[in-house]
Amino acid sequence: MEPIRKHTGLVYPLNRANVDTDQIIPKQFLKRISRQGFGQFVFYNWRFDSKGTLRDDFSLNQPKYEGTSILVAGENFGCGSSREHAPWALLDYGFRVVIAPSYADIFYNNCTKNGILPVILSDDEVQTLIKNAETEQYYLTVDLEAKKVYDNKGFEATFDLDSYKREMLLNGWDDIAVTLTHVDKIDQFEANRK
Amino acid sequence: MRKPKTVIEKIWEKHVVHHEEGKPDLLYIDLHLVHEVTSPQAFEGLRINNRKVRRPDLTFATMDHNVPTIHRNVIKDEVSKTQMETLKTNCEEFNVPLADIHHPDQGIVHVIGPELGLTQPGKTIVCGDSHTSTHGAFGALAFGIGTSEVEHVLATQTIWQAKPKTLNVKVNGKLGTGVTAKDLILAIIGKFGVKFGTGYVIEYTGEAIRDLSMEGRMTVCNMSIEAGARAGLISPDDTTVEFLRGRRHVPTGEAFDQLAEEWKALATDEGAIYDETVEINAADIEPQVTWGTNPGMCIPVSANVPSVEDGQSDNDKEEIKRALEYMGLQGGEPISSVAIEHVFIGSCTNSRFADLKKAADIVKGHHVHPNVRAIVVPGSHSVKKQAEDAGIDIIFKEAGFEWRDAGCSMCLAMNDDVVPEGERCASTSNRNFEGRQGTGARTHLVSPEMAAAAAVKGHFVDVRTLGVPAHN
Ligand code: SF4
Repeated sequence: MEPIRKHTGLVYPLNRANVDTDQIIPKQFLKRISRQGFGQFVFYNWRFDSKGTLRDDFSLNQPKYEGTSILVAGENFGCGSSREHAPWALLDYGFRVVIAPSYADIFYNNCTKNGILPVILSDDEVQTLIKNAETEQYYLTVDLEAKKVYDNKGFEATFDLDSYKREMLLNGWDDIAVTLTHVDKIDQFEANRK
Repeated sequence: MRKPKTVIEKIWEKHVVHHEEGKPDLLYIDLHLVHEVTSPQAFEGLRINNRKVRRPDLTFATMDHNVPTIHRNVIKDEVSKTQMETLKTNCEEFNVPLADIHHPDQGIVHVIGPELGLTQPGKTIVCGDSHTSTHGAFGALAFGIGTSEVEHVLATQTIWQAKPKTLNVKVNGKLGTGVTAKDLILAIIGKFGVKFGTGYVIEYTGEAIRDLSMEGRMTVCNMSIEAGARAGLISPDDTTVEFLRGRRHVPTGEAFDQLAEEWKALATDEGAIYDETVEINAADIEPQVTWGTNPGMCIPVSANVPSVEDGQSDNDKEEIKRALEYMGLQGGEPISSVAIEHVFIGSCTNSRFADLKKAADIVKGHHVHPNVRAIVVPGSHSVKKQAEDAGIDIIFKEAGFEWRDAGCSMCLAMNDDVVPEGERCASTSNRNFEGRQGTGARTHLVSPEMAAAAAVKGHFVDVRTLGVPAHN
């Protein structure tokens, strides 16, 4: 996966709690057998009407958010189905960072396996970012090395991420390759069980 | 004396392959269940990197998510067909055992694992599906994983996991007559919210849990993920042992008895400490119906749909408003007056023989309401057969239900079993998210008994007023 160290991008605010992965990528798009091409279907049922036309009452469709790469949302983001198609769709659409007060575990994990940085900030901080991004074209910088989020107007917040996930994201490492460096231990574990 | 431990800690300790301070543990996986939707990209990854499946013997695949439940011999949907064929080719190439669409073992992955005795106490079990928590009913540590993790487990038979915090959900007292495991888990999520379990593994304890059958326990553990928990489990006991006795993948005779003792020794020790405990009284629980767009939005069948003003905060109010709008409901109307057009009895939550039997008991001698289309989708081929042997299919068919082949079906509507836009479905599944059963479809989660009663009446009704036979 693509490493992520420091990222500056346009913020898209989605002021909803409990956004589930069925909303991020509806099931009718889960039948593909590759990891690519899911971006066009992200938030499909919100972005398109039943005839498949873009709805202008859904904010992501507004021109001011074109090119966005940082998604800010309410608590428990990514709940529900374990489908990794959700982070694939977000990534393919252009999102590299998600910021929310909390996430569902599986989604959070899935992000880190695909080079999306999931940032946890406090409710108040998230609300500030959402307000800012709703009123104007708003850019943020997310620095994974320093574990900081800031804009150029004085907002600054710190976040935490476990050191293993951080290392993987910073380097863009393949999990399996890392695990296989412990293969002797796996062999040993299996041998002990027999 | 040895420090008392929870079942979760006991299983964890037996599976750590590698431990490093400040990092997640590398955990060994005993059983990896695979299905057609979340696996193609994982196998593709193996192929690209020239890797093998490390333990095909600990891996088991089936087709459930998008299989048609009628006219199985011709799969019209080309994309679904490709996905199923891809699984078949992958399993052949990597030597993974597969119960394909025509196999007698085929069924919803979380129904067939226990049915075949693959699911056993003390195992670590993963599957690219969030409802893997179902297997926790057996005192196994079972959780859903993403596709990258599926690939990781295929290649290494391990997974990186941070040791979870433990949460004791203690259910005191007994459930009332006509109140089911489904009502219990909905009431738990309704009371504590859809994220109270985040970061935890739940252990369900207490009298009402001990009283549940294995089917009831599976229903409860199944929906742990709906409370945000990674996994949910129940300490093994005699009920667990008896369910597994004689199943295909468990040993027989003395070997079984010995294993049974080991299983029971896994139960949480007296005095073990959890990171968190919450309690609920079983006797207070009524049959539940969800009114909104997540499983926490549920109320007793005797209650009224909440109004926007009932919201505790602005965000809360906004959420209720959106949910009412989507569901086409008025705040304050009695849920029992809400008419439905569809009934779905099925899904990994409630499609086992015991579930179908209880629904059939309600339906017997009645007819599906003229405005309702009702389908029953058994959880597995073998459940279907068992039900047919018991004549349950006849009860449903005579009452006007459609009797289908096994699969996930209308739980997520990836096949042709879809609820049309704006229509309402009483469903025994586990998710009432927007669009889950079809774009614009309105889902109300209920128990099989409540679904059966709603099918007959054409609206929600307290199943206890229909004179239900006593069972849990
Ligand atoms: S029945 Fe529904 S919840 Fe269960 S595995 Fe299938 S799609 Fe998932």
